[in-house]
Amino acid sequence: MEKTWNNKAWFMVLPVLVLVAFSAVIPLMTVVNYSVQDTFGNNEFFWAGTDWFLDVLESDRFWDALTRNLIFSAIILSIEIPLGIIIALNMPKKGIGVPICLVLMALPLLIPWNVVGTIWQVFGRVDIGLLGRTLASLGINYNYVQNPFDAWVTLIVMDVWHWTSLVVLLCYAGLVSIPDAYYQAAKIDGASRWSVFRYIQLPKMKRVLLIAFLLRFMDSFMIYTEPFVVTGGGPGNSTTFLSIDLVKTAIGQFDLGPAAALSIIYFLIILLLSWIFYTVMTTSDAQG
Amino acid sequence: MMTNKQPLSQRLSWLVPTLYIVFLLLPIYWLVNMSFKETSEILSTFSLWPQNPTLRNYTVIFTDPSWYNGYINSITYVVLNTIISVTVALPAAYAFSRYRFLGDKHLFFWLLTNRMAPPAVFALPFFQLYSAFGLIDTHIAVAIAHCLFNVPLAVWILEGFMSGVPKEIDETAYIDGYSFPRFFVKIFVPLIASGIGVAAFFCFMFSWVELLIARTLTTTDAKPIAATMTRTVSASGLDWGVLAAAGVLTIIPGALVIYFVRNYIAKGFALGRV
Repeated sequence: MEKTWNNKAWFMVLPVLVLVAFSAVIPLMTVVNYSVQDTFGNNEFFWAGTDWFLDVLESDRFWDALTRNLIFSAIILSIEIPLGIIIALNMPKKGIGVPICLVLMALPLLIPWNVVGTIWQVFGRVDIGLLGRTLASLGINYNYVQNPFDAWVTLIVMDVWHWTSLVVLLCYAGLVSIPDAYYQAAKIDGASRWSVFRYIQLPKMKRVLLIAFLLRFMDSFMIYTEPFVVTGGGPGNSTTFLSIDLVKTAIGQFDLGPAAALSIIYFLIILLLSWIFYTVMTTSDAQG
Repeated sequence: MMTNKQPLSQRLSWLVPTLYIVFLLLPIYWLVNMSFKETSEILSTFSLWPQNPTLRNYTVIFTDPSWYNGYINSITYVVLNTIISVTVALPAAYAFSRYRFLGDKHLFFWLLTNRMAPPAVFALPFFQLYSAFGLIDTHIAVAIAHCLFNVPLAVWILEGFMSGVPKEIDETAYIDGYSFPRFFVKIFVPLIASGIGVAAFFCFMFSWVELLIARTLTTTDAKPIAATMTRTVSASGLDWGVLAAAGVLTIIPGALVIYFVRNYIAKGFALGRV
């Protein structure tokens, strides 16, 4: 759509600007402030320059948490995206099944995140949980509290349970927008199921898949509540992701300097990714 | 060959979503099952359904003010946040969808980065900021703090829906002598009503499920239900039955909201850009 040049539009954006500036810029400046200063209490602050940043970047703790977080994001993306596509492709297109599927599938998305954690914490417990109990009776030694591998499996299954529906609903939205004529044409040409997917459905889902991919990446990259409730970052540090590490430093140990420096590095990583996201999305918007 | 193969794969295709839904519902079923059991039964016997169904856990929640106030608090700030977010996002989304102005693209990008900001980064500075304004432990503090990620999202969704409305409609209305506010309220808003519904749904959803910031900003008077749940540890150990019942009750508002917007969910997830 052709847009007219009008600088008065700023007045319409102003309320958003004020509100978001209040809740984003001021807190962010506080963080910047802490990241370059040191304190010995009594509200006396000393200039510390880039010391905290160097501390964070040189600490194994940061790199370990970052690596864990990247591995976690990679695993859940490689499960949730294909699984979401398969489920969306097999969903009913019309009839009573559609609202039933949509409502039931959207259910996990609207459960408060710590309740999601609680549900899985209970579900996986060997003494009272259905999953833990069933696995134990099958002779599988499963204990997410003590075994790092089990903790990871639990968190991944929980995330798949929690968020695959987002991918499903996005892909479904893309699929229902394909006109019937496309399928009829494919049928006349005798196209196989695979070519229908590859040349009709996949291109139509490209844009929503991009949104799904990036939303899932961002949200898994800043995951906090669910693993915090289920494993508390343990056993040991095996499930301490970046956000958990940050909250431990900032609120647990009250190390404001390192926490602030970590926050800024963390935020810059997200900012870089958002920029890539935005650029890729606007170019694909322009193309199609 | 094709005609033989397709009906079979179509006949079996219902299996995939069905199995997926069973997988989704199992943990929820287990929580509901637990919520109707006495804690002693949960700990002593393992059964797929309650042997002695009891409403005791729910009675505890509905008679103890510290429990049911949690629900009232959560719903209060979530509704406040939804109203604020959608109200400020409407004119902004209109500006982004209709006009080009100095710095518009940068502004839009900057808004989006806030959606991507990890709440953990903001937890501590938020506490200090709202303390300075004396807003700690009020509903409005949480409602405004959640605007951080909900306003950008609402602007983004609404902009998608508004761009789908042809510009000729605006121009015709102006020629007919409508002033901007009158046109916006009488003609434009009804046209994008489903978009507003979807935006409100998403604001509700993300404010309802968020806990880290809500918990940081509240102590007692505005404490959300999800935070109340974390203190079910009593002298006799964890009260699993009450915990499960509270969990079940947090699922209900979400389920109700989904039911009302079920026809728009899919489109809203694609942020109006399908």
